Amino acid sequence: MSVSLFYFVAFLTIFFALLVIFSKNPVHSVLYLIVTFFTFTLHYIMLNAQFLAIVNFIVYMGAIMVLFLFVLMLLNLNEGSIGSKSNLLKMVGVIAGMCLVITLVGSVKALNASDPLVLQTQDLGLVKNLGKVLFSKFLLPFEISSILLLSAMVGAVLLAKKDIKQG
Amino acid sequence: MELAFIIEKFGLILVIFLVSLTIAAYSTLAERKIAGFLQDRVGPNRAGPGGMFQPLADGLKMFFKEEIIPTDSSKALFILGPSLALFTSFLGSAVIPWGQDVEIFGRQVSLQITDINVGILYIFGVVSLGVYGIMIGGWASNNKFSLMGAVRAASQSISYEIPMGLSIIALLMLTNTLSMKEIAEQQHGFNWNVFYQPVGFLIFLICSFAETNRTPFDLPECETELVGGYHTEYSGFKMGAFMFAEYLNMFLASAVMSTLYFGGYNYPGMDFVNELLGPLFGPLIGMGVLILKIFAFIFLFMWVRWTVPRFRYDQLMNLGWKILIPLAIANIVITGIVITLIDKL
Repeated sequence: MSVSLFYFVAFLTIFFALLVIFSKNPVHSVLYLIVTFFTFTLHYIMLNAQFLAIVNFIVYMGAIMVLFLFVLMLLNLNEGSIGSKSNLLKMVGVIAGMCLVITLVGSVKALNASDPLVLQTQDLGLVKNLGKVLFSKFLLPFEISSILLLSAMVGAVLLAKKDIKQG
Repeated sequence: MELAFIIEKFGLILVIFLVSLTIAAYSTLAERKIAGFLQDRVGPNRAGPGGMFQPLADGLKMFFKEEIIPTDSSKALFILGPSLALFTSFLGSAVIPWGQDVEIFGRQVSLQITDINVGILYIFGVVSLGVYGIMIGGWASNNKFSLMGAVRAASQSISYEIPMGLSIIALLMLTNTLSMKEIAEQQHGFNWNVFYQPVGFLIFLICSFAETNRTPFDLPECETELVGGYHTEYSGFKMGAFMFAEYLNMFLASAVMSTLYFGGYNYPGMDFVNELLGPLFGPLIGMGVLILKIFAFIFLFMWVRWTVPRFRYDQLMNLGWKILIPLAIANIVITGIVITLIDKL
């Protein structure tokens, strides 16, 4: 039951991820991206990681909303503007994509697939346990990543603010 | 046992569904009556005694109107928009604890559909999903006014979700749990959270107005600038779905605020009443109290709508980013300091 459910959700994830790439309209792509992230949430729920599931849902919902605004404001959505790229650009794209595929296949092969990962405790993903682990065992990486995010935020504000008065 | 559980949950879902539908329908009438009261006129009073059947008449009218789908719109998304808005506005009520456990035929029945341990975050997720209905509908209409409304709805929701989340963090530092049921239980009697978190409540209230697109934050449908905003192209039942979703969201926001800050089903002297009336009718009184609190909040929503004029767009952004977010962060810091001091003493 659980395995077949996993395969069904995994199929949905890949299906919608492919639709993101293949749909011609950028707004449709964004909407398929939402569905893709929603299927990620389903994966987390199946792993009993409720907190991660709901945070994934909220954060990506908000993030994709920003992406939607970008698509509307920054892209020129005229019919002819998409799909008319030069041959050189296409070649570079194919080479880069092939490199990525080789890297992915290599890393998957390097994994020891016959060694299944067993969850130590079933309730690891609940809020209480997750908080305890984050603030004791992984305190330093957790704080460092928060500083990283803060500096990214300050940098973004600085870049957006063009006319800072000198002196 | 298993069958009884399914029947119990199914019955509860059905009741909550019907109750929220009825309340949303009669909110439309209440809104017009209150508008009339505030503007010193009568309001709708033709259909039935005192206008009681006005929502039915309005609903019928919506059904029989012609459905128009613009030729240049993307059809599927045009239909998906209002459906999504209506669908998500029902989802949130699943984690609201409507009362204490009731005893029916010697069986403990919980008056909450599900008690997931991330209840508050679930509501946040549902709220952020709700804006997608407006956004998809506004974009799919292929109309510049609708698009402007959709863009405004999206940016407004992004801006006001941040102070909303921050105001909740200060509350969570007090309650130490994300489960709605436990938060409601902690406020037993008159021990309501609003007395400990008045600033947090105020921020949450303002953000609820913004998230439900109510005046003074109804810029997505600002009719003086954008004709009708995101629903300019909509007619008939799809238009009704958008309107209904707004009233349902208002109901949900009121329920969340009552539960988080105003004690939910708790009221002073509830132990005495529970002992007097027994394990069936005691909790039902609590449920009635919760409904009364919700009505009070809905009245507040309407009162503000007919009193305060609409914000300008830059004022809206300034309020969100430059006033509410710093205020919410200061609230978190002060709450943290006070909690530490009380622990040490």
